Amino acid sequence: MDATMDTRGGGQIEPITKAKATGAVSDPIFIALLWASGIFVLLLLGLIIAQLFMGGLPALQHFGLDFIWTANWNPVTENYGALVMIYGTLFSAVIAVVVALPLSFGIAFFLTEICPQAFKRPIGVAVQLLAAVPSIIYGMWGFFVIVPLMAAYVQPPLIETLGQVPILGLLFSGPPLGSGMLTAGLILAVMILPFITAMFVETLESVPPMLKESAYGVGGTTYEVYKNVSIPYGRTAMVGAIMLGLGRALGETMAVTFVIGNATRLSASLFAPGATIASTIANEFPEAPIGSLKLTSLLQLGFILFVISFIVLALSRALVRSRLD
Amino acid sequence: MKLTTALGAIAVATLMAGSAQAVDFNGAGASFPAPVYQSWGAKYKEKTGNALNYQSIGSGGGQNQIINRTVDFGASDAVMPSEKLASAKLLQFPTVIGSVVATVNLEGVETKKLKLTGAILADIYLGKITKWDDAAITKLNPDIKLPSQAVVPVYRSDSSGTTAIFTGYLNEVSADWKSKVGSATSVQWPVGAGAKGNEGVTGTVKNTKGGIGYVEYIYASANNLVVTQLQNKAGKFVAPEVAGFQAAAASADWKGAKDFAASMINAPAENAWPIVSPTYVLLPKDPKNIEASRETMKFFLWAYTKEGAEIAEKLHYIPLPADVVKQVEEAFKAEIKTPDGKPVL
Repeated sequence: MDATMDTRGGGQIEPITKAKATGAVSDPIFIALLWASGIFVLLLLGLIIAQLFMGGLPALQHFGLDFIWTANWNPVTENYGALVMIYGTLFSAVIAVVVALPLSFGIAFFLTEICPQAFKRPIGVAVQLLAAVPSIIYGMWGFFVIVPLMAAYVQPPLIETLGQVPILGLLFSGPPLGSGMLTAGLILAVMILPFITAMFVETLESVPPMLKESAYGVGGTTYEVYKNVSIPYGRTAMVGAIMLGLGRALGETMAVTFVIGNATRLSASLFAPGATIASTIANEFPEAPIGSLKLTSLLQLGFILFVISFIVLALSRALVRSRLD
Repeated sequence: MKLTTALGAIAVATLMAGSAQAVDFNGAGASFPAPVYQSWGAKYKEKTGNALNYQSIGSGGGQNQIINRTVDFGASDAVMPSEKLASAKLLQFPTVIGSVVATVNLEGVETKKLKLTGAILADIYLGKITKWDDAAITKLNPDIKLPSQAVVPVYRSDSSGTTAIFTGYLNEVSADWKSKVGSATSVQWPVGAGAKGNEGVTGTVKNTKGGIGYVEYIYASANNLVVTQLQNKAGKFVAPEVAGFQAAAASADWKGAKDFAASMINAPAENAWPIVSPTYVLLPKDPKNIEASRETMKFFLWAYTKEGAEIAEKLHYIPLPADVVKQVEEAFKAEIKTPDGKPVL
């Protein structure tokens, strides 16, 4: 390498005084571009928030703050409220996290600690591929495969057994439609699983081997090492991962629209059809004329979703920070 | 001298080429007539070289786009109110007629056998009839053994012209429905589950024992769905068949209807199918692109001919009655004008 360079330069090294200070011009330009990129993101985000808020303002002015806690969505009487969608969004996302969390823990720990090298790659790639499947495919899979399965084998026995118990039975009441909150939550769980798992794997791999080996050395079982060493070490990052999964579940649109049943009614049942903010916007947007109360209400819904996502993100940041302190 | 002749020749050639040059015209709107518009468009391009670009984006989208004049014509299943047509300077005319049918998933029930009335449909969707062996249904169907199964009503979750037509019908036949729910492209359903599109409703009904849904007839017939009979205004039980749709279309009062908004829901004719409705096109009365506007009118006038009607019938749409076509043509000549007040057509 050195030899080639020498030959190219004719064997002579140029005196240092002839070198130009090229950085004097290009560096500020480069730094300015970097600044522009950073500011651009802020500006874009700000404009989107402003646009959603301005677009939804007429709805807020018309209904007042009642818009947020009114469980009514009636296009005939033009009476709109967001409660059913907010509830559906949070409920389905929480189901998704509750289902995905233990699975992610299992997969991540298996991959980092137990899995033989030969299986590590195939399983790792399979988890990553789950993330690459377009959401519409999950929607169709949910609609044609999961919904009939739920309607035939899962919901009827649950309704007949748990559904008869007082109070708890409310969660399992209603006709076995197949679609509904639980089905939406399950599909969402599969969709957020790869994100949470990938971040868990990364966290677990960063646990210093010395810590784990010491724990094993004093006689800890695999479970004890996982519970008392690995998880506490990566807890902050794990909370962040869960929150990111939650954030993704909140905004998912197409897959949810296919399986949630799309009913603008409030129900405590896991089997009852419901609606999320994103699914409602997807359903109603094509028939919302410009300047109509419906369109502004949909934009207001979008703004509320933005705020919810923001709160989740802020919460995850705060949690992570408090653990660090 | 020679040069002038040559230039003249080129000028003439360009002019001729100009008149023969293909005119593309753009439409957007309702998804219900999209298959027939696209088939017509393909055939029309073959014949004339002029191409139609039709985007199926939904009736509301079609109305928005033509009000903003981003397309040459808009298409909508729902009728646009007269005041709105006037303020947006639009001509509304019907193109084809479609119908909505009820489809069920019940063991042992064959297609076109189960008898229902509008009142029963309304009560099902209001949540008042919850079992298939409800006295109101068994009374009408003494020959069919109906199970004691829950009725699961399924509706379109996306706002659609089909929902507007179906709820419009329920409005006509049930005062209770009219006061509690009403009619629009999407409504607040008291019971049931929503599914996206005709295919979503069909899939959900097929998945759910005891399910009932409503879909466009073209969709039901293409997929061999189990459909029901309905009682019409004359009191007769009719199965959804083309003759019944035509009877409903013919009985509508087209002459008296403003902006062609003739209602054929629950038509009084003896063998009329009760849920029938035309789909509309909206055309600016003051077109910006005169050429495209002229071509749009020529296109639809061709679509009304025997050749166009055959294409429509093959796709299970009902062509317009001949006298309505004549009214539409007159409206074209009288209403669509260039800036200096001359008729475009």
